[in-house]
Amino acid sequence: MGYFTNIKESVATIFEGMSVTFSHFIRRPYTVQYPDRVPIRIQDTLPFRYRGILEVDLEICTGCLACERACPIDCIVIDAKKDPQTKAMMLTRFDIDIAKCMYCGLCSEPCPTGSIHHTSEFEGADYSLESMLRRFVKTPVIAYKPKKGPETDPEIAPILDRGMAYLGDFAAAGEE
Amino acid sequence: MKGLVAQLTGQGGSLAGMPYELVAALVMLLFGAIVVFVFVLPVAGVTSWLERRVWARIQSRVGPNRVGPQGFLQWLADGIKNMLKEDIIPTAADRWLFSIAPYLVVIGFVATFAVIPFGANLVVADLNIGILYITAVTGLVVVGVLMAGWASNNKWSLLGGIRSAAQIVSYEIPAGLSIFPIVLLTGTLSMQGIIQAQGWAPWHWFLFHSPFTFAAFFIFFVAALAEGNRTPFDLPEAESELVAGFCTEYSGMRYLLFFLAEWGNLYVIGAIVTTLFLGGWQVPHVTDNPVLLAVLQFVTFFLKSYFWVFIAMWVRATLPRVRVDQLMTLCWLYMVPIALVNLVATAIWMTVVPAGVDRMVQLAMTAMGAGIIVFFFSRVRFHLRRAKLRDIDYYYSPII
Repeated sequence: MGYFTNIKESVATIFEGMSVTFSHFIRRPYTVQYPDRVPIRIQDTLPFRYRGILEVDLEICTGCLACERACPIDCIVIDAKKDPQTKAMMLTRFDIDIAKCMYCGLCSEPCPTGSIHHTSEFEGADYSLESMLRRFVKTPVIAYKPKKGPETDPEIAPILDRGMAYLGDFAAAGEE
Repeated sequence: MKGLVAQLTGQGGSLAGMPYELVAALVMLLFGAIVVFVFVLPVAGVTSWLERRVWARIQSRVGPNRVGPQGFLQWLADGIKNMLKEDIIPTAADRWLFSIAPYLVVIGFVATFAVIPFGANLVVADLNIGILYITAVTGLVVVGVLMAGWASNNKWSLLGGIRSAAQIVSYEIPAGLSIFPIVLLTGTLSMQGIIQAQGWAPWHWFLFHSPFTFAAFFIFFVAALAEGNRTPFDLPEAESELVAGFCTEYSGMRYLLFFLAEWGNLYVIGAIVTTLFLGGWQVPHVTDNPVLLAVLQFVTFFLKSYFWVFIAMWVRATLPRVRVDQLMTLCWLYMVPIALVNLVATAIWMTVVPAGVDRMVQLAMTAMGAGIIVFFFSRVRFHLRRAKLRDIDYYYSPII
């Protein structure tokens, strides 16, 4: 290119480039100002099957230990034993170490009632490893016993419905 | 100030008996400190915040917006953080040179504030060699940068320092040659004299005086950017090649001082450009109140110079860094010859063109400037509309 062509080209291209950047200057930024300046919580925008921090609905936990066996890194520890007097299955311990959990979802698939499931909560930062160990059983509880017909207890029915819906969603995904 | 010193040292003054020169020096130091702490530091700080905001918006980000309203106090937080940090001097470094280098850089830029005219009466010293003084003291920055590069005893630092020296020395020439047309037109080197030769209206500015001063303006601005180590000429601190160039080994307050000088220099560039080409503090005569007039002049000058600070930020966000050979080619093959042509042509212009034609040319140049701005905004509108057509969900994304 010639000397003056060079000058002309550089002036014209810089002018055009400056107009492009200025048009960006007056546009709205893309940035999502997480976590405190979002119009809706991010957790609420996530899909139903999002694999966040694990949670257990003790009301419908049968104490079958399927999740403990499925866990590839043994982050779930359950103590369940039969009460010698009442012959009922008692849950004395249900711990999940969130620090170990790798969110694979293998525990929630074999669960017969959908008791153990992922939530959409993902903000797990904490100050100590000890507090990452979630202890779900505070006092020993009686394990849930599946009924022949539909659930009649009005307190447990909605929780069970939700759990079954969660499992149903897994099954639907597998069929596709 | 002479009156104040005479009053202090004279009969009945609070400092009676002290030698006149000593008191004068103390008063000057005091004024200098006040100017630095009340004006220079906040200007450099606010420039750093503004630069980060402007840059962020051009990159479709938000930028610092948490400290104070819209993040306005971010510069204070950064300054305090850096002051509290450990000041590390490497074992292999030349301690003495390493320690004083940042101060030389800062002195080189703070000293320019002595002659910057913020208003008809708002100037520390209206030297009769004002613009020459500025080109001279900004030369001190090279010494500091080279000293920092050498004393760090680090290859990156040394390369950065040498690049900076080569760059500043080269670009002093087109910058100086672009000042000369203005000096020819006004017949003075004094900053106030140059401003008084212009008027408040754009067609009285030297920017639109003739095609040659128009070109001289752009050459001066580009050369000033190169002297201030700004993108696209930030080779001395090119992150991708030299870590941080001459300030690689610096930390804490000394590191901050380099950046104070860089951001403060940005304002100085704007102020010099405003003085030389954009009519400085000139305002239409709207009031006889001297205080109000001084405030008006200060605001005019400040806004004009900050506009060029904004342009420098905008250029930084637009253009990529040039190579070393491109840097030197641009200077020696393009800017120096054109600046020389400008100088000679302005001299011929002054002798050949009669006064009536002069005025016509000024008006025509102003119209051309307005035309360029209108064309520019039509291009901006074009790009905005194209962006809207291309990605439709851009404007109503669910989460913003």
